Amino acid sequence: MEPLSKTLETKPEEKRIVTGSEAVILSLLEEGVDTVFGYPGGAIMPIYDALFGYEKELNHILVRHEQGAAHAAQGYSRATGKIGVCFATSGPGATNLITGIADAQIDSTPLVCITGQVPSHLLGTDSFQESDVLGISMPVTKWNFQVTRTEEIPWAIARAFYIAGTGRPGPVLIDITKDAQFGKLEYKYKKCEKIRSYHPYPHPDERKVLEAAELINAARKPYMLVGHGVLLSGAENEVIQLAEKAGIPVASTLLGLSAVPTDHPLYVGYLGMHGNYGPNIKTNECDVLIAVGMRFDDRVTGDAKKYAPQAKVIHIEIDPAEIDKIIKTTVAINADAGHALQSLLPHIIETKHEEWLQEFRDCDEIEYNKVIQKDMYPEGEKIKMAETIRILNEITGGDAIIVTDVGQHQMVASRYTQFKQTNSNITSGGLGTMGFALPAAMGAKIGRPDRLVVGIIGDGGIQMTIQELGTISQYNIPVKIIILNNNFLGMVRQWQQLFFEKRYSFTHMHNPDFVMIGKAYGIPSEKIENKDQLKSALENLIATEGPALLEIVVEKEENVFPMVPSGDSVSNIRLE
Amino acid sequence: MSDIYQDNTEQQAEKEFTLSILTENKPGMLNNITIIFTRRKLNINAINVSASEIPGVHRYTIVMITTRDQVDKVVKQIRKHIDVLGAFVYEEGETHYQEIALYKLPTRIFLGGNHIEQLVRSHGARILVIEEEYIVLEKTGHKNETQELLEILQPYGILEFVRSGRVSISKSKRKTEKFLEELENSTTHILYKKNNNGKD
Repeated sequence: MEPLSKTLETKPEEKRIVTGSEAVILSLLEEGVDTVFGYPGGAIMPIYDALFGYEKELNHILVRHEQGAAHAAQGYSRATGKIGVCFATSGPGATNLITGIADAQIDSTPLVCITGQVPSHLLGTDSFQESDVLGISMPVTKWNFQVTRTEEIPWAIARAFYIAGTGRPGPVLIDITKDAQFGKLEYKYKKCEKIRSYHPYPHPDERKVLEAAELINAARKPYMLVGHGVLLSGAENEVIQLAEKAGIPVASTLLGLSAVPTDHPLYVGYLGMHGNYGPNIKTNECDVLIAVGMRFDDRVTGDAKKYAPQAKVIHIEIDPAEIDKIIKTTVAINADAGHALQSLLPHIIETKHEEWLQEFRDCDEIEYNKVIQKDMYPEGEKIKMAETIRILNEITGGDAIIVTDVGQHQMVASRYTQFKQTNSNITSGGLGTMGFALPAAMGAKIGRPDRLVVGIIGDGGIQMTIQELGTISQYNIPVKIIILNNNFLGMVRQWQQLFFEKRYSFTHMHNPDFVMIGKAYGIPSEKIENKDQLKSALENLIATEGPALLEIVVEKEENVFPMVPSGDSVSNIRLE
Repeated sequence: MSDIYQDNTEQQAEKEFTLSILTENKPGMLNNITIIFTRRKLNINAINVSASEIPGVHRYTIVMITTRDQVDKVVKQIRKHIDVLGAFVYEEGETHYQEIALYKLPTRIFLGGNHIEQLVRSHGARILVIEEEYIVLEKTGHKNETQELLEILQPYGILEFVRSGRVSISKSKRKTEKFLEELENSTTHILYKKNNNGKD
């Protein structure tokens, strides 16, 4: 391997004595890290001091809140496939990371979070800015470790990267006491390649593979669901090969979006509570359900007892704990999605299921007539969210990375965005973290400067992390921000309308002037309210050099349909 | 291929399970394991942690009452922890196990004849300590046995009672060492996948 910087060039016989802090930086460089999102503070000051000497090698982005650092690292990771890295200080710095870490855990995003900790002799004494970060992060990390001895630093970081990035990825937290950062060690780095208690890549069981192939070959109405695991594994081609070879319609979970291009002839749509009509109801009509790299989240299954009871279920999943957790499988292949599909493909007989695929197309027509047409080409003067997405698709040609927050705009964007490339959909799925999108979009753009990154955010969510406009401004990160403003916490309002007798308890928002805020940060900002401005304003947003913000005032009380009412069967999806 | 339509009453009946878990000796492991139970609002009936026969490897023995379905899910979550080497579930009859109970009784009740002493002997208990004020009895056995003696002694005025967690050894012949050897030699630490789309 080429040395990453001159400072790493050492003769093998030469002993290299460095501080713990410098060892942190050197270890990150060894792991190929180019970007860190973080925020300094007392207990991590030695690491920041060491960072000062490595500005050329390591790009540090100073966020405005540690939650922003975690989400930015997530956005970076999801856009690049690399491991996101963030720094925070002890106490409040570390606790502010927790939401992002929990989000990364449930959405299988590899992060390495490094937190400073009070000096080891003060541990457990309620000292200034001390919190039990290990205890707090335990349930939301794939692994965590507290370093109290300087010489443990390279080992802990090597292990952190191996654990975060392999198998089912996830966040890892390394808490380093201040004295360990100050201490000295003889620096040597060895990448972690094996941990005897950790087996991230189980081999696909050949018998199970044959059983699955047999089921697929005998199926009359096979149906494939793809999830985030497909993107994480890089198994997009294998999924498409299987679908094409066996003529299987393919639907996607929220996090699986963009794994299969939306215009692929076998792609039938988006699953779940606000997913497409056909993909939901056909779940309960297929004979073989092939789930790849997904975990049957309750937003996908609705009532799990009434989910695909007629179907033989094949579950291809890397995490054994997900198998038979929600939906009992007929055949489970416990392996990486790509590896499993490569084993499966040679046993698949070429066939087509035109009539079955037509059933999905018939559903599309019903949904188009009842929902999509009204959404995409609405009458009246008020702008609707879906037509915004339609026009955005026309402008981007489906090539943008779309980063969404949480709520109605997220569901609308997920329903209507056209994706041509993989890894183009970044959103908070499992945790549903409002405030995710702005920092995640920022991280995605830093990771992929070559791609157009558009953040689509509601008026509620943007205000949860709006301070990251400061980061975007300081580093001139060219993200395009769309605020879909309905002056409501729209999804909660929709539920209040449908299930709580229109008692709109605390969902109306009196919002600030987002354009003035954007401009205060030096970001070109515009607000539109009329439909005739929509196309030109979106074109202007995308064409603007550097970061830009567009506030679009949308219809106040729009509902997202179709909808599977919470806890109901996917068969009972409502179109209106 | 398992039949998903099979009668699952067996899966849903509550019974006692013994979990035997091998972990690396790392700080925080006990917490890491118990939060898996806490999050699912599952009660641990007994827990014991000790060093195993392999240096650096600890053995946890956990007793819980739940359904087969639930215990299988919990065990998978336990195995998922990075520093857990292995986790096994046993039903009644699949392990040899013991618990130890200590009973503190006033010395005076032993002074009025040998009735109590006979009781103690007939239950396989032994006298551990004799002090002027109290006597400590020790009995090793299954919970129902130590419980039975507790109930018999109850009328005599028990000063203090304590029962240990279960220690359990499986009836399987496999050596722990052999199990660890298999872990060490396993090739599941890297991904063997053809790279056919330019992405690692």
